[in-house]
Amino acid sequence: MSCCSDEISQDMWKEVDGVIERHRETPGALITVLREAQNIVGWFPQALIEYIAKGMNIPASDVFGVVSFYSLFSLKPKGRNSIKVCTGTACYVKGAREVIGRISGEFGIAEGETTEDRRFDLEGVRCVGACGLAPAMVVDGDVHGDVTADSVLKILEKYS
Amino acid sequence: MTHVTPERLQEMQAEYAARISEPNIRHLFICGGTGCHATGSLKVKDALHEEIAKHGLEDRVRVVETGCNGFCALGPLMVVHPDNVFYQKMTREDVAEIVSEHLVNNAPIERLMYKDPQSKKRVPLFSDIPFFALQKPWTLRNKGIINPESIEDYIGREGYMGLSKALLQMQPAEIIDEMKKAGIRGRGGAGFPTGMKWSFAAQNDSDIKYVLCNADEGDPGAFMDRSILEADPHAVLEGMTIAARAINATEGYIYCRSEYPLAIKRVQIAIDQAREMGLLGENILGTDFSFDIFIYQGAGAFVCGEETALMRSIEGKRGMPIPRPPFPAAQGLWKKPTILNNVETLANVAQIMVNGGEWYSSVGTENSKGTKVFALSGDVNNIGLVEVPMGTSLRSIVYDIGGGIPKKRKLKAVQLGGPSGGCIPEDHMDVVVDYEEIAKVGAIMGSGGVIVMDDKTCMVDMARFFLEFIQEESCGKCTPCREGTRRQLEILERICEGHGKPEDITLIEELSEMITSSALCGLGQTASNPVLSVLRHFREEFEAHIFEKKCPAKRCPALVDFKVINERCKKCGKCASVCPVGAVEWKKKEVAKINTDICVQCMSCYSACPFDAID
Repeated sequence: MSCCSDEISQDMWKEVDGVIERHRETPGALITVLREAQNIVGWFPQALIEYIAKGMNIPASDVFGVVSFYSLFSLKPKGRNSIKVCTGTACYVKGAREVIGRISGEFGIAEGETTEDRRFDLEGVRCVGACGLAPAMVVDGDVHGDVTADSVLKILEKYS
Repeated sequence: MTHVTPERLQEMQAEYAARISEPNIRHLFICGGTGCHATGSLKVKDALHEEIAKHGLEDRVRVVETGCNGFCALGPLMVVHPDNVFYQKMTREDVAEIVSEHLVNNAPIERLMYKDPQSKKRVPLFSDIPFFALQKPWTLRNKGIINPESIEDYIGREGYMGLSKALLQMQPAEIIDEMKKAGIRGRGGAGFPTGMKWSFAAQNDSDIKYVLCNADEGDPGAFMDRSILEADPHAVLEGMTIAARAINATEGYIYCRSEYPLAIKRVQIAIDQAREMGLLGENILGTDFSFDIFIYQGAGAFVCGEETALMRSIEGKRGMPIPRPPFPAAQGLWKKPTILNNVETLANVAQIMVNGGEWYSSVGTENSKGTKVFALSGDVNNIGLVEVPMGTSLRSIVYDIGGGIPKKRKLKAVQLGGPSGGCIPEDHMDVVVDYEEIAKVGAIMGSGGVIVMDDKTCMVDMARFFLEFIQEESCGKCTPCREGTRRQLEILERICEGHGKPEDITLIEELSEMITSSALCGLGQTASNPVLSVLRHFREEFEAHIFEKKCPAKRCPALVDFKVINERCKKCGKCASVCPVGAVEWKKKEVAKINTDICVQCMSCYSACPFDAID
């Protein structure tokens, strides 16, 4: 068991051990391991990348390569609530840019940033496949449809 | 549960038919797709159960949560069977009335029925709604009818009969022949003949072969595959298993985007059910054929929709394409012979086995057979999932099925094929759905996203939008795509910001030619299509941006100065009330005036004015 990281509690390390244990023998399981590890820790501090590399017997540089390649994985700590505004074509045509602009203005964060109080992450994401509800926004997994620059702040009030 | 036999499958079909047509029993098919979940269909479903219990109707009404019904913009929605009544935009509060009036007193509720956008009249019968009536649901034959989490429902609708026939009555070569006869081409976008793809993999000897399903639906504006997986997951499993038999594969993977949690959940349920009934796993249907399927979740990278990149991703690596040959049919996943088919292609396979290749090829055009599912969205009245025979015109899809453009605006263009496709202008709307015909007008069939754009859309901005997407998703392995698309994006950004140079159009064209001819994979090779199609059909808009420093559609903030047209202004003050920065000066009974020093070009006043008096 590793130590020396403030971000990761002893319980988290234990859970990560379990994940590595379950998948160690499966070829190609690295992405699955990373997904499950991120669900536990929330993001990838360097210590976690090195730990997984050792556990899976893969060079740390390869693990970092995979983490940095896929947009699902984060190398920065996340906020308590994640705002994902869909920027697929249908949402774009129907005003997703204005929605993002309003959120940015209100909370002082650009796309890809987290508010100082860690209340919100703002992300413009690839098509979430809810084009019938365009413009769509996903907050902590709840899909909100027909979002406008005027209605978006009211929706976000609920998330603290 | 014991393994089923072919005879038992027949019996289950008869049982289902009896169940669904039982006299004096109503079925409420409530949509449980992602769209309807978001608008609250689960709450409506719970309320239905409560109200039905309150009235003691449990024996006479069955509530079935189906997969995506297709008419996503009107959710939560429900079809009452056998009454043939369609309800839209239901809320919890409507449920008591639905139960007491419709289910008890047999008086359907008019205010919840579909309203025709043109005539403004309510349409009482489900089958009379043009959106549904004009479609040909082959791939989507079970949508809105079966519970996707019930294998009994799927079997009841001829499910696993195709597999039964393929395993017990056909040789692998005959399966491939039937696919060739059907003439079905890959629905992922490129349109490669499926039967031919299978025959290549069948010819290669190997102890292990793989069947992969591409469910990494990444094109913005496309949601067909998600809907199929959510509504009819067994159809995809059955198609994969038949494909496995045809090429003698032992293992299959469904590579699904992690952005589709509901689809992943339902596919996993379907896999477990199929294994339990002996329709997947060892000795399928009692034969010596064994095959199993696993889900592999993607991690957010558009390029993983490219076949070689997808295989690298399943191997746990960065999802980067590799040069072909060797083609996957010879060396694919883990260097073993592999076929990769799209969700929609696979969902058609079982029905082709049941009804024969000739049945399938009887519909369509000379070189494009069968039907195609489109995800219709953007500036169109009826947003949702649409399945039409090949050979249907785009005009018919947009106007007859789609109900035309909202707010009496004019159609400007239709985008087909996402970041690899192009924009088709209004005067080419009579082009028919056919791989070759669509290519002739500068787009591609693509996976099926159809985004309708009205006259408020700036085509230069659209070209910029797709390049930004490609630039972000370019994996960076080959220089033409990594650097070339970045230079193109920079040029388009400066054009949209009013710094376009006269030589920019030529420069874009030269870069496009270079990238198309030298990029490593399909993503890069087609990356210039959107901008080229805009240059071909909307060149004058490019020129207006560059030479006149004007955005005719008023979408590019740097190129727009808003002013009030005094003769049109009716002095209502709406513009002043919506302006977020107080740039509109207005007093009662006076014409409004915009202070351009304060104006931030947010377009609020422009969109709010009912009289088109702001320009």
